Amino acid sequence: MSGSEFVPLSLTPLLIGILSAVACALPGNFLVLRRQALIGDAISHVVLPGIVVAFLLTGVIAAWPMMLGAAGAAVVAVVLIEAIRRLGRIEPGAAMGVVFTTMFAAGVLLLEQTDTSTVHLDVEHALYGNLESLIWLDATGWASLVDPVALAGLPVELPRILVTLAGVSGFIWLFWRPLKLSTFDEGFARTLGIRTGHLGLALVIVAAVAAVAAFDAVGSIIVIAMFICPPAAARMMTNTLEGQVGWSVVFAILSAVLGYVLAGYGPLWLGAHDAVSAAGMIATMSGLILALAARFGPCRSRTGAPVQS
Amino acid sequence: MIELAAREGRRLENDAIGDSPLAVRGLTVSYGQKPAVFSVDMTVQPGAMTAIIGPNGAGKSTLLKAALGIVKPLSGQVTVFGRPLEEQRARIAYVPQRASVDWDFPTRVIDVVLMGLYRELGLLGRLRARHKARALDCLARVGMRDFADRQIGQLSGGQQQRVFLARALAQEADLYLLDEPFAGVDAATEKAIIAVLKALKQAGRTVVVVHHDLATVTDYFDNVFLINTRRVAEGPVIETFTADNLQAAYGGRLATAQVDQLARVLG
Repeated sequence: MSGSEFVPLSLTPLLIGILSAVACALPGNFLVLRRQALIGDAISHVVLPGIVVAFLLTGVIAAWPMMLGAAGAAVVAVVLIEAIRRLGRIEPGAAMGVVFTTMFAAGVLLLEQTDTSTVHLDVEHALYGNLESLIWLDATGWASLVDPVALAGLPVELPRILVTLAGVSGFIWLFWRPLKLSTFDEGFARTLGIRTGHLGLALVIVAAVAAVAAFDAVGSIIVIAMFICPPAAARMMTNTLEGQVGWSVVFAILSAVLGYVLAGYGPLWLGAHDAVSAAGMIATMSGLILALAARFGPCRSRTGAPVQS
Repeated sequence: MIELAAREGRRLENDAIGDSPLAVRGLTVSYGQKPAVFSVDMTVQPGAMTAIIGPNGAGKSTLLKAALGIVKPLSGQVTVFGRPLEEQRARIAYVPQRASVDWDFPTRVIDVVLMGLYRELGLLGRLRARHKARALDCLARVGMRDFADRQIGQLSGGQQQRVFLARALAQEADLYLLDEPFAGVDAATEKAIIAVLKALKQAGRTVVVVHHDLATVTDYFDNVFLINTRRVAEGPVIETFTADNLQAAYGGRLATAQVDQLARVLG
């Protein structure tokens, strides 16, 4: 494929897919190790009512109100989960399940009751995102990457997810030691003076920001898959946290690239005419990578691994 | 006159707190309706080994966790070497219960020991060769030098406990608090751990251990603190570790075999 075709049509969706996948996979490593993997699932579901409420309040589909609405909904969900867990004395997984299904359902109802036909906001979009539509029409070829006029026409999702990824990476880099310590041994971390409660909340908020930014671009299917699949697959490749995070980034990128290419061209190769959803294919690839890692990964069977589950 | 005596008493009490590596006053902790620890006073003696003893569910671990700020007490004061806990964190080393962490966590033995250096390294302080050398030295002191690069899930229970102890040694503290370090470990590990703890005492450090094996109390410890939600007794093993006090702490919960065993130990 030539640059004049690839750059405007495929470069930006591919980049946004990769950056979204990595932004979710990075905090996902800690969530999976903390047995909080479902938080990613919860956040990506509660984002829907948040966005709908933001739309109802402002009447426009604009990035900032939507992001704020989604982030607000994520915080409400986290507080609700904690409250239900403590007051109801039930396990965290069940509390999350109750909260995110209820809030997602409320979001669907709200969406049905409001007139959003004129804007691009619907359940399908929420689930699959709209990766293929994030094209860069101002580009004419590779030269456009250094052309300020063409760069001004970049889809706004690209810089947004880039900033998000920078923020997520910065948080994990800065708090690497306390995050690792409090994930492994929370009691010990507290005796060192680490505020594990605040740190845990910060991690969830960072995950929520990543989820919201990625959700906007690629839908909740990728978000859910990327929080869990690359970190879980990475755990079977290595026995160090540094290694796991590294592998999870590799797997996230691999899922995004393979998924995007296969979604666009796979059906053609098979003789069909239409491309399939890139988001769906990226999530499928991450599942496939997890399956392969579970079958062939060097650290898949470990003596210390929990027997149950 | 009465007032003077009261003031005098207060002063003496404050002196005791000032000397004590760990002094707890009126500590009450509750997880639900029922308090796990109720209005407990404890004054740990410096340079000695103290055992916290009591039946299951008596609040031994909770007392330790509350003293360390891991769980939040409902009320009470904790001072460490006469100062508030928050100011003295660098002087405390802690060994949690082995079962409290996930040993499948992706990390190596040496990394766990290096966690003991967190207060020195801070968020971004560079990990230097001397830090690694210190961690390896701590592993050597518990006989685990050769296991430095193992994944922690590959260790036996006793080896895991030694790694935890090595991490506490890396903290280079003045006060060592250990939660059930002898639970479920092999005889060789128990011997190794007690040797390390006795060496710490020789070096003038203070050691407090939540302990469950009544048979070894007189061999291992100088002082004993008996608890059953409330404080039952506190003092030197010879005076305090008596059948009466044990009966008071354990009530009817001491099994016949334990009573027989104790009768032998206590003569």
